[in-house]
Amino acid sequence: MSDKTIYAIYDDDYVLLESAKHLVSKGIHIRDVFSPFPIHGLDPVIGLARTRIAITAFIYGMIGVSLALTGMWFFMIHDWPLNIGGKPNFSLLTNIPTFVPVTFEFGVLCAAHGMAITYMLRNWTLPGFKAKNPYPRTTDDRFVMEIHASDSELSAEEIKAFIDETCVLEIDEK
Amino acid sequence: MHKEAAIREPLILGDDVTYSKITEDVLHAIEHEPTKLWKVLMTIATITAIWGVGCILYLLGTGIGTWGLNNTMGWAWDITNFVWWVGIGHAGTLISAVLLLFRQKWRMAINRPAEAMTIFAVFMAGTFPMIHMGRVWMAYWVFPLPNQFGSLWVNFNSPLLWDVFAISTYISVSLVFWYIGLIPDFATVRDRASRPVQKLMYSLMSFGWTGNAKAWQRFEEVSLVLAGLATPLVFSVHSIVSMDFATSVVPGWHSTIFPPYFVAGAVFSGFAMVQTLMLIARKAMKLEYIITVKHIEYMNIVIIVTGGIVGVAYCTEFFIGWYTGVQYESYVYMSAGAATGPYAWAFWSLIFCNFINPAFLWFKKIRTSLTATFIIALIINIGMWFERFDIIVTCLSRDYLPSTWRMFFPTWVDLGVFIGTLGIFSIFYLMFLKYFPVLALNEVKTILKSSGERYKNMSDEEFKQLHPVFKKDIKSAPAGSKSESDNNEEK
Repeated sequence: MSDKTIYAIYDDDYVLLESAKHLVSKGIHIRDVFSPFPIHGLDPVIGLARTRIAITAFIYGMIGVSLALTGMWFFMIHDWPLNIGGKPNFSLLTNIPTFVPVTFEFGVLCAAHGMAITYMLRNWTLPGFKAKNPYPRTTDDRFVMEIHASDSELSAEEIKAFIDETCVLEIDEK
Repeated sequence: MHKEAAIREPLILGDDVTYSKITEDVLHAIEHEPTKLWKVLMTIATITAIWGVGCILYLLGTGIGTWGLNNTMGWAWDITNFVWWVGIGHAGTLISAVLLLFRQKWRMAINRPAEAMTIFAVFMAGTFPMIHMGRVWMAYWVFPLPNQFGSLWVNFNSPLLWDVFAISTYISVSLVFWYIGLIPDFATVRDRASRPVQKLMYSLMSFGWTGNAKAWQRFEEVSLVLAGLATPLVFSVHSIVSMDFATSVVPGWHSTIFPPYFVAGAVFSGFAMVQTLMLIARKAMKLEYIITVKHIEYMNIVIIVTGGIVGVAYCTEFFIGWYTGVQYESYVYMSAGAATGPYAWAFWSLIFCNFINPAFLWFKKIRTSLTATFIIALIINIGMWFERFDIIVTCLSRDYLPSTWRMFFPTWVDLGVFIGTLGIFSIFYLMFLKYFPVLALNEVKTILKSSGERYKNMSDEEFKQLHPVFKKDIKSAPAGSKSESDNNEEK
């Protein structure tokens, strides 16, 4: 069977979501959905796993916290300890309270930026990249399902017949 | 379909609102020539900004002696303006981050303009500590860089250095948060653009966003985590700003309630600024059905709450200053000494603007009136400037030794730099209103079905007729239920 890509174009997120449930129950695998905004409840229907991007933020944050603490220990305690206003810098432990703000800020800085960069890379969205949404109106008010015939047992014609049962605006094949 | 409680008022008004109408209306400014009002405002802003830049250049060339500072008054308008601008910034983060964590749907309509205000305001704030150094070209000394003084490092015990980290983290994280939200909306502009230059610009700015399911899933997760990070960040930033004062030994500054009091004051002033800007923008851009009177009222309620916290802090400061019985405390900015001293006019301005004025918002008639809100918000903006002026100038002017007591008189450079930052801010804001999607339009679309007036008044039956899922359902339903905006062909 040749791999045909079928695009089903809808004009409403609710209709797309209900149609997706219907198609999935018929054994059709939905490869992707393009929409102008997140459709809540869609991810489990089309079998998307939860993103792990929040975990990366935690890791970046921890890196930031350790970098900040190491840095401040080096600057203030190890390399050039100063007695400022009768408050000497003897050990990291006694200085920790005054190091809290910078540690926190630097942790947040690393977590936020690290996660943002990871997000850009994982989505493959960076300045100068070309958009690959099949129809330009999917960023306005159209909702498109992308189905590959090779993903399921059914033939392209059968899939199209099932899609046609739903209130689809247009079925496109590429 | 998820519906909100019927008791909640709709957040998107009108019976004809569709997804494409939201796109159309929000992007109207980008896709059309600027209006006359915009051009007039831009001209005024540009003239003011040029004047301000001139003053800053004169200041840098001649030195900060051109300010009205003296031995007693080491800080005055510079830090007043700095704290004022940073404070204004806090509303944007509160709306975009804290209200996201609380799942407040009304934030969708105002988070974008509020966050733009945050970024521009913090940017303006950042200029003041820079120029008050006098020799700006040495500003990089605030960073712990290896140097030739035997590697003398910056002092990490000092709140002034915490400030460096706090403000720079704050501005860059806000920028990232804002931009990540903007990418999908830029993509909308890109896919609608007809002119090649416009298409190219927005293609570059939208980073090749496609809006597929996984990207949206990540988008929501990233927004949530960034909100979680920005929430403690925003509290820490103004706490640290307040510690610039609170950790010193100047009477009136040396106060443990400063951090929470400053944070509340910041949010208070920020919301007042959002009101000032949005009341004009929503009218000029005809977005009254997305930024409704309900939104204005919600923001006014936040002003009541934060203004109340600020009011309680004033009372506490006044009481504790008197109760300690310390003579130096009897002249601080919240004391009988200040109320009757040479800065009485500033003291009473503060009391009127921040204590009496917001109290009018307790009346529902007033807080739902746009004119009243605008006037009250404007007065709060002035009042919050006076608060910082009072804290800095009044406290410094009466310190331990009566022989060093001085008054502060601003010079034309003080005034010029401040007005100049207002001008630069306005330029940025007007550019934003013209070239950026002013509202998070794609996020607003997500609440249309749950909070839109049209959908809220609809029964489940009517909804099913409007959005039938299966073709077999249409035949049984009355004719004309499906068609509305779908006559136009794809592509």
